[in-house]
Formats: sequence, structure tokens, C-alpha cells
Amino acid sequence: MMELVTAVGIGVVAAAGVWLVLRPRTFQVILGMSLLTYAVNAFLLTMGGLRVGAPPVLESVVAPDPAEYVDPLPEGLVLTSIVISFSMTALYLVVLLTSRGLTGTDHVDGEESP
Amino acid sequence: MVDLTSRGIGGPITSQLVDLTPHLPVLPIVLPLAVAGFMLLLEERRRIFKAGLGAATMAALVLASFVLLNAVAGEADGVIVYRLGDWPAPFGIVLVVDRLAALMLMVTSLLGLASFLFAVSGWAIVSPRFHSLFLLLVMGINGAFLTGDLFNLYVFFEVLLAGSYGLLLHGSGRARVKAGLQYIAVNLGSSMLFLIGCGLIYAVTGTLNMVDIMRVAADLSTHDATLFRAGLAVLSVAFLTKAGVWPLSFWLPVAYPVATPPVSAMFVIMTKVGAYVLLRTVALASGVPETGVVEFLSPWLLYGGIATVVFGSMGLLASSHLPRIASYATLVTAGTLVAAVGTSDQRVISGALYYMIGSTLATGAAFLLAELITRLRPAEAPQAADAAVEPVFGDDYETSLQTDFEGYEVGIAIPAGTAMLGGAFVVAALVLAGLPPLSGFLGKFAIVSGVLSGGPELSWAAWVLAGVVLFSGLATLIALMRKGIDAFWRPGEETVAEVRSLEALPIGILLALCVALTLFAAPVVTYLDATGAYLANPVEYAKNVLEFGP
Repeated sequence: MMELVTAVGIGVVAAAGVWLVLRPRTFQVILGMSLLTYAVNAFLLTMGGLRVGAPPVLESVVAPDPAEYVDPLPEGLVLTSIVISFSMTALYLVVLLTSRGLTGTDHVDGEESP
Repeated sequence: MVDLTSRGIGGPITSQLVDLTPHLPVLPIVLPLAVAGFMLLLEERRRIFKAGLGAATMAALVLASFVLLNAVAGEADGVIVYRLGDWPAPFGIVLVVDRLAALMLMVTSLLGLASFLFAVSGWAIVSPRFHSLFLLLVMGINGAFLTGDLFNLYVFFEVLLAGSYGLLLHGSGRARVKAGLQYIAVNLGSSMLFLIGCGLIYAVTGTLNMVDIMRVAADLSTHDATLFRAGLAVLSVAFLTKAGVWPLSFWLPVAYPVATPPVSAMFVIMTKVGAYVLLRTVALASGVPETGVVEFLSPWLLYGGIATVVFGSMGLLASSHLPRIASYATLVTAGTLVAAVGTSDQRVISGALYYMIGSTLATGAAFLLAELITRLRPAEAPQAADAAVEPVFGDDYETSLQTDFEGYEVGIAIPAGTAMLGGAFVVAALVLAGLPPLSGFLGKFAIVSGVLSGGPELSWAAWVLAGVVLFSGLATLIALMRKGIDAFWRPGEETVAEVRSLEALPIGILLALCVALTLFAAPVVTYLDATGAYLANPVEYAKNVLEFGP
């Protein structure tokens, strides 16, 4: 059940993101990018297997039982990808504002479609 | 495994100091990163110092790549494995220098040195912080060539993309911002595909080390193997986008021509990063035939590459503007390389690598020449950046408001500038079109002869590949001849082009390298043949990477 809910949730967010990215306004595109990023990060997190109540950090160093812990690597990967995608989205926002300033329109082509 | 110290590199001085020679493989990443960070501390007015420091860094990278190239070329299976933090693979991240990576490092640093020298002759000052961004781009590219870890590859891709976003927007103006908007969107999308692919592959194999992934993939259950292939397919879409393979290449002819010339020249190597990763994937997979990855990927690469060459050739025929011609020539090279990977024939791959070296350098030279050629007819020159950048920091004033280089003189004007431009144009055109006597011809000859020597029952794809490779040469020739006649022979208000020594030097370096590649073809081809043979059977590579202990 948990898998199903997570999968449907990620799918809905990703679909919304894709739809927004394909819209003509730059603001819609950046919202779509953010949603897609969320979806991808959540997807990465599930790649270590979904477990409830299993910590990723070892609690005792004496003969730890790997079965009691969740794989910490995907969480490390997600952390990296959050930082990168967040900064890239911020950069994209700046370019978007520059484009708005230079062209006077918020269309992704820099001009209104006729 | 190659032991750098035992080969005498480093000299007697190492006996007194800490021996740094084993750390040479990490230098192409650490050096540009450190210098780029240091440069951010200096204000923009000290551009002469920054230019000198950057040029020295690029020269040091050329030297480091050369030493690495020599070290791996000395032995049949030369591989240097550098364990970051001394964690053994697959638990830690490894950098791997083999023949292919060393070759790509060499091409990157040579092209980077030439582009950087051209940039400091003027273009570097149209917007702030060019030098740091350029070095970060170089760091990302070098890292992508060196790393042996899938997620680390993602990080280096992001570093090189971040650098390229800044560089594409360098100089600002409406056209660049518009192209940048689309370029960033496409690359953000492909980065997400990269992450999804990474995640899927990690989920089924439980490792991120590229060699280990292939080792584990050999004994996956049918269920997991399907997921593995799905992950690999998603990952390949990301790489194919970066390589500019049709139909994922629409962003390239939009973005490359509008960037400033030295930036476009450096971008030429970026499409090769995508092709390099695909080649690396296929090479590693060919060592583990049980995975079936080679059979799975090869047709896509072959047909995609052929379609890219056709698309690039048509684009060439439709272009009259030199930066556009050079952009489509970039696509043709990338397509040829990807199609060659798709044949999984070591003769074709080594021929395509030879062709790739020459055409990368010549395309870079063509981007640099494009700007100088417009000076022949100043009245028809395209408008420069239509808006100056608003200063962000106090020291930006000096640089950002300067959109032309009046009174900023570097070097002395070269006599007979027009003749020099004409000569350089002819050399670049010969290499790109693949006409004798230069390296383009030898490269294309090697590809076609490799493709057609497959025995009596050649597949139709082999004939098509040989055909489109030759056709792309014809298309390049027509496009460049038309442009050459238009630029140099058409009567009109022609001024004598003023070419400064610091602008001529990088073009001279690139074209001299193309000529040297032809003159010293024998050692280069020997090296590349060994590369092709070694990639077809990467057992040594895998053994060295996964070797435990010191």
C-alpha cells in the first residue's frame, strides 16, 4: 500500500510538472521544473526501498545488523541532487527575469505568438 | 597498472618533498577549481593578472594531460586508478585515467588553452567573471572524462553545465538570453532523466561504480534486468541529448552560434562528453556480454548517429553564417562518433576518434575565425550585444559597460591580416570537409574503410553509414566554399582586416595541431588502434578499478 501511494504521488507530481514545463509562459515553466525536481528527488529516495522506522545511521558500531537499517546512500544522493537542482532553479529564475526585462514579454520564445 | 613514480616522472626533487606525482590524475579537476575560486576573490579590474593566471592554468593542464597521456601510452593496458580518500572501489569514488580519458583530456586542454587565449584578447571583458566560469567549465569537462562513478559523473555534468550556462549568457543581449532560456530548460530536463536513470540502476545493482554496475548486471534476475535496461535507456536519453543526437539536438544550432566566439569554440568539446560517456558505457558493457547491453544500445546509437549526420549535413547546406555552419559541423562530428560507437567495431571507433580530434580542433578554429572574418565587411557585421549588463557588484562597472574593445589593444596588428584569415579558413575547411591532405581525410578514410571491411555480407546500415559520412563531407565542402567565396572573393567595400597577434595565436595553435595530426599520423593512429582494441576488451580496466588493497 505504501509503495502504491508513493508511486501514484510521484507520478501525479511528475505529470503536473511535465504539463507545466510545456506551457508557453516562463513562470509556468519554472513551476513545472520545480515540481519535476520534487518528483525526481522523491523517486530517488524510494530507490533504497521503502521502510518505516528504520534509521539510515548506525546506532551502535558493535556488530550492527544491516537488516535493521535503511540504505543511507539514496538519502546522500538526494541531498546532493536537492542542492544542485535548487541552485539551478534559482539560476533559471534569474535568466527568466533577464529575459522578461530584455524582451518585455514572459513568453518562452521572447515574443508573443501571433 | 601504471605506476607514475616508477616511470621517473617527478624527478629527484621528490625525495625531499612530499611525493605528489601519484596525485597527478586529480590535478585536472583540482587545479581549475582552486584557481577559479581564487579568481573570485580578485576584483574585475585586475584582468591582466587574471588573464595571465588563467592562461598559466590552462598551460599547466596541457602539460598534465600530456604527462598522463605518455604514462598510459607506454603500456598496452595502461590504466591509472586514483582512489579519492583511498577508499577502495566500489565503496569510494575512483578517478580512472586510461587511453581514452587521457586522449579526451588532451583535446580538452588544448582547445581550452586556445579558446582562453582568444577570449583574453577582448571577449573576456564584455561581462564580469568570465575567467572563473571558463575554468569551472574546464573542471567539469575534465571530471566527466576522469570519473569512474555514475553519480559523480552527474555532479561533474552539473558543474560543466553550470559553467556553460554562465558562459552562454556571457555578453548578455536579447539573442543570448533567449537561447540561454531554452538551453537551460533542455539541460535541466536531461539532468532529471540522468537522475532517474541513476536511481533505477542503483535500485537494481546496489552500486554506483560503473565497472561494478556491469559486473553485478551480468547476473540479475529477468525481472531486475528489465528495470536495469529501463534505467540504462533513460540514462542514454540524457547522454544522447548532451551529445546532440537527432532528434534531441534542436537546442544546439540555437545556442552555439549566439554565444561569444571563444565560448562557442569551447562548447565544441561538450557534445563529445555525451558521446564519450556512451562510448565508455558500451566499452564497459562489452567486457560483460551476459548483460546484453551492447546489443540493446548499439542499434539506437547507430541509427541515431546516422540521422544526426544527415540532419547536420542538411543544416550545413541551409546555412550561410559561419557560426551556424560550425554548429552543424559540430553535430556532424558528434553524429559520426555516436554512429561509430553503435557499430561496436574497434577499427571504426579508432578511426572516428582520429576524425573527432581533428574536427574538434578545426571546428573550434572556425568559431574563432568567424568573428575575425566579419571584420572584413564592418558594414554588414551583426549588431553587438544590444544591452549592457547592469552592474551587480562595485567592480563590474569597469568591464560590463564595455561592449566593444575600443582602445583595448592586445598585441600588435599582424600584417596581411586578410591573407592570414584566408589561409586559416582554407585549412579549417579542408579538415572539416575531410579532403586530402589533412587529418579530416585520413579520419573519414579510416571510418569508411573500417565500415566496409566487415566481410562479404555487409549490412545495409554499414553502407548507409559510409554513404552519409561521405555525403556530410560534400555538404561541409559546399557550405564552406560558398561562405569562403562570399567572405573573401566577393567584390565590395572591403577593409583590410586588423588581426592582432593574440587573436591569431590561438587559431594558429589549433590549425597547427590539425596539420601536426596529419604529419604525425602514424604514432597517433597506433595509439588510437590500441585504444580501440583495448576498449573492445576492457578486462584490464575492470580488474584495475575493482582491485582491493593498496
